[in-house]
Amino acid sequence: MISHRLSTLAITLGLLATISAVPTPAAASAATPRASLSEIENEVMCVSCREPLALAQSPQAFAERDYVRMLVNQGQTKQQIEQALVAQYGTAVLGRPPAKGFNLTVYILPPALVVIGLITLAVTLPRWRRRARAAAATPLAAGPRLGAADARRIDEDLARYD
Amino acid sequence: MRRFLLPGLVTCAAVALLALLAFGVSHQGTDSSLDSAVAHGRRPPAPSAHVALPFLDQAGNTSLVGLRGKVVVVNVFASWCDPCKAEAPVLEQAQRELARRGGTILGVTYLDNSSDSQRFVRQQHITYPVVRDVSGSFVRSFGTTGVPETFVIDRNGRVAALRRYQLDAKWLPQVLPHVLGQS
Repeated sequence: MISHRLSTLAITLGLLATISAVPTPAAASAATPRASLSEIENEVMCVSCREPLALAQSPQAFAERDYVRMLVNQGQTKQQIEQALVAQYGTAVLGRPPAKGFNLTVYILPPALVVIGLITLAVTLPRWRRRARAAAATPLAAGPRLGAADARRIDEDLARYD
Repeated sequence: MRRFLLPGLVTCAAVALLALLAFGVSHQGTDSSLDSAVAHGRRPPAPSAHVALPFLDQAGNTSLVGLRGKVVVVNVFASWCDPCKAEAPVLEQAQRELARRGGTILGVTYLDNSSDSQRFVRQQHITYPVVRDVSGSFVRSFGTTGVPETFVIDRNGRVAALRRYQLDAKWLPQVLPHVLGQS
């Protein structure tokens, strides 16, 4: 009796596991999200006018936008659409160029400049602070001694204000 | 010595950035060397002659080297370009003449997706071969910045004439007899 109940429970659990493993349409769409025209437009270029497709108003941009719209309506993902665009228009269509060859400067140079700037500040700021502290600690050097004639003239000038 | 290390590094970085800027700017400009050479009566070799371009509507590819010995009229076009539509009948008429005399027109699509190009070819009843330049490097080597543009290449693979805008009905009939007449 107990073994029968256990086997029934095992079958039920197995069925539940199978049902939960079958992807629902919602789960499938979550795994491969559909792209939208506005999303793609902001990330690809109008290749003839060299500006983002979202802003471009040239005949080529209209043709490119129609092509993207068709791919979106087919339910293709963003990655698939970008691959299709590259196949049709070359890598120039991508808003962010592939990290190869000279394009690497786009990815390497800005962070490198930030790092160089931080290192420069890290090196120079303590040095400046040390110099400023040393200057503050040093007593003012005594100026040259006044000659007798100058001292007398100053005394005379000051006497006029007494 | 250490005193000059930091200013030296900063100067080097600034010079490197300026060099990068100069490189970038120099590669953005329009190359008009072909126009200048042709305008002075010279016939420069057709650029990118070895580049193999895939046919639009069939398997395989072709290059200008593969067409050596023929007079080739390279026409750069796109389906979204109205002047390209307007000049299509002129080109088709020239193709009939060229085909009889050992020449051909070679259409090259520019910044166009293949299905639109194929529709354009059908609608304009184009019979000459059409190839795709997906990367745009072939077309750019001719100094092309827009469409339509047309280049007449002689039997020796040299650029004999070019037109940077829409063809009228007179230009090809004027140019082609000279180029076709030469051995």
